[in-house]
Amino acid sequence: MSKMITLTIDGRKITASEGEKLLWVALENGIYIPNLCAIKENNRLSASCRLCFVEVEGLAAPVTSCTLPVSEGMVVKTRSPRVDRLVQTAFELLLSHHRLECSSCSKNGSCELQKIAKERGLKLRVKRFKPLDYETEVDDSPKTFVFDRSKCVLCGRCIWICRNIAKVGAIGFSRRGLERVVSTFGDVPLAESPCTECGLCVEACPGAALARVQA
Amino acid sequence: MNSASIGDFYAEIKSKADAKVDALKEKPVVWIGTATCGKAAGAMEVKEAFEEAIKNSGLDAEVKEVGCMGYCYAEPLVIISKPGFPDICYGYLDEGLANRLVEDFLMNDDPCFEYALVALETNDYFPTFSDFPRGVYEEKIILEHCGFIDPGDIDHYIAREGYASLAKTLRMQPEEVIREMKDSKLRGRGGAGFPTGVKWETCSMAAGEPKYVICNGDEGDPGAFMDRNILESNPHQVIEGMIICAYAVGASRGYLYIRAEYPQAILRVKQAIQQAREKGLLGDSIMGSGFNFDLEIFQGSGAFVCGEETALLSSMEGKMGIPQQRPPHPAVSGLRGKPTVLNNVKTLCYVPPIIRKGADWFKSTGTPESPGTAVFSLVGKVNCTGLVEVPMGTTLRNVIFDVGEGIPEEKGFRAVQIGGPSGGCLPESALDIPIDFDSLQEAGAIMGSGGLVVMDEDDCMVAVARYFLEFTQHESCGKCTFCRLGTRQMLDLLTKITKGEGELSHLEILRELAEDIKGGSLCNLGKTAPNPVLTTLRYFKDEYEAHINKRTCPAKMCPDLIVYYIAPEKCSKLCNVCVGSCPTEAVYTREDGLKAIDQEKCVKCNNCLKTCPPEYNAVVKLSPPELLKEKEGNLS
Repeated sequence: MSKMITLTIDGRKITASEGEKLLWVALENGIYIPNLCAIKENNRLSASCRLCFVEVEGLAAPVTSCTLPVSEGMVVKTRSPRVDRLVQTAFELLLSHHRLECSSCSKNGSCELQKIAKERGLKLRVKRFKPLDYETEVDDSPKTFVFDRSKCVLCGRCIWICRNIAKVGAIGFSRRGLERVVSTFGDVPLAESPCTECGLCVEACPGAALARVQA
Repeated sequence: MNSASIGDFYAEIKSKADAKVDALKEKPVVWIGTATCGKAAGAMEVKEAFEEAIKNSGLDAEVKEVGCMGYCYAEPLVIISKPGFPDICYGYLDEGLANRLVEDFLMNDDPCFEYALVALETNDYFPTFSDFPRGVYEEKIILEHCGFIDPGDIDHYIAREGYASLAKTLRMQPEEVIREMKDSKLRGRGGAGFPTGVKWETCSMAAGEPKYVICNGDEGDPGAFMDRNILESNPHQVIEGMIICAYAVGASRGYLYIRAEYPQAILRVKQAIQQAREKGLLGDSIMGSGFNFDLEIFQGSGAFVCGEETALLSSMEGKMGIPQQRPPHPAVSGLRGKPTVLNNVKTLCYVPPIIRKGADWFKSTGTPESPGTAVFSLVGKVNCTGLVEVPMGTTLRNVIFDVGEGIPEEKGFRAVQIGGPSGGCLPESALDIPIDFDSLQEAGAIMGSGGLVVMDEDDCMVAVARYFLEFTQHESCGKCTFCRLGTRQMLDLLTKITKGEGELSHLEILRELAEDIKGGSLCNLGKTAPNPVLTTLRYFKDEYEAHINKRTCPAKMCPDLIVYYIAPEKCSKLCNVCVGSCPTEAVYTREDGLKAIDQEKCVKCNNCLKTCPPEYNAVVKLSPPELLKEKEGNLS
């Protein structure tokens, strides 16, 4: 068993096993840090959503908590002007490439983007930036769910779970830059891919990119 | 095998190499620069012309290929060595000059000084490198042999003390090698400037077998070609550096990661690896020492981001070339999870000279915190473009105006872009900063891999910032939020500004976004991508404001903010050149015989301005476009 250590998060003394990633220590102790791409069981960290920044005493700049192993005496602040600014910008950037239609969205009320907005007092609209064009086509070939890329934040949770838990590997990332998408091999509809419709990816999706077909 | 026998091994290959090279001194040899820059300028045609002329003359002379000596502006270049004369270098060669040199110099002892560029040895007739400003400022450590030895023949390298450092290394303890490298304070030349010796030490102490040494030759900055030239001109120095590194850290396998777009470099390295194996310098029991190490080439497929070390490793593992979170650093967990040293081509090139001459010798050049030299590819609006090696601490002014001999056509200096697309644009006031890793960072730029693009008064800094951002945005892998979406938002704002559609509030958004991308991105591509924008906002804010407030491009470069205009008072009825040069028939002849431009048809290709003869100089660019009304109003 690994050594237990004590650290301070937002003034609270917390005991955790040494080396565990800060994000999970905080979340498991009821301290919220925004996150989308983190998967506790994944050893090859993605660190791609750039939302889980925190301030750590002794470090010059905010760091992502999903990548930071906790250590004895560590002093963490989950909020600071610098952290808030980075999170606000990253969040607004994600929204600038997202079909914003919360009131009619199937995930309205259970969406993690909405949760982040609520927790951090952020607006669910794009103010400083220009909304970018998104893909409008929806893959509704599976019987039980639909895949709508216009609501995908590229967190990669569906891909990880499809490969590592479902052990199917029907989807992966393809293309680069702004065109980066989650897709099947050869970009065929999901129904023509090895997808078994186990539904784990739908559970993993933080938003409504993968959503159950309403009965 | 004991150290004496390693010495014997080396002495034997050295004496063979010396004999081969000395034999060449008995007869005339024409050395032609056939690196990519030379070939592009026509070196292969020149080579054929020499071969043909020498064959016809019946002379006993040889034609040999060498790499690039850095004087790319004067390509094709040849060096002619003829017994009884100093070696002389000639530039701007063509077939005619090749024939002339064979006839006058090789056959008749007239060295045709009127075509000579420089002599390689001190003599009574013609100046040498040290007689020119460039030769005074340059100090060559890693480019020393580039352009002077045949990169396709290992003996040419060995004859110049090549692999002597390896022979010395194999008689040292690995810890001694690492200590020497740490003492030398050599900093990685790929851009970040991390101490090389520390990296090696980390890898040597990391657990895991086998260990790897990888040379990062995925050079991708626009305008940068240092690594390509080194690989094409002196591949063995890189290989020797890699073997020494492998011995120091205990690696058994190495890879040279070279972009597939560098076919000549790949060819030269392939030949070099083959020859090194045949000499017993690679493979099992190198120089009979019992130390095993072998190398192969991995060809990169052209993604810029693969120059980032974790992305490079991913691509070698057959995955998408996408950066990963660090730590773990590759020195601890790199290729296939094993400890891996990843060094830039230039960094590895410094290793043999440091081992041979010692850390103190290396530290005697450069600055205390950045010892050694800096290699730049000097390009853009500068007279003598090419590869330059100067001591760290040399000022940009010396590099641009003394080594590069200033800006063509007596134009004014506007800025210098240093460190590639992730570097910064520095103004006149920054020209006197001594160049090293830390001072450039303070000024907002980075050392980067060594691209140096000079810009003159005709270059719009907003358009330049936009150009570099377009490059990084295009090359973003798309993994992390800031780089994928942030660079795109910045690019859209810059595009608006260059079209005259910007607002002052955009500048604040640009700056904020740039700072956030810098602070929030996952890898160094994202962290440095905003540098050109941040530095131009810092040093050239007035240009941004002119685009926004006055819809004016001060450098008259942004096509949406300029119009072409033919001044009737300067135009001549006797000349028609501009009319013929126009691809869209926008230029026409007025009833009075002077020329004018139909703005509806004009595509702003700049042809009319370029072709208008200097005695008239009638075509001008106006910015803002509204000035046209004023001009035409004056007419009526």
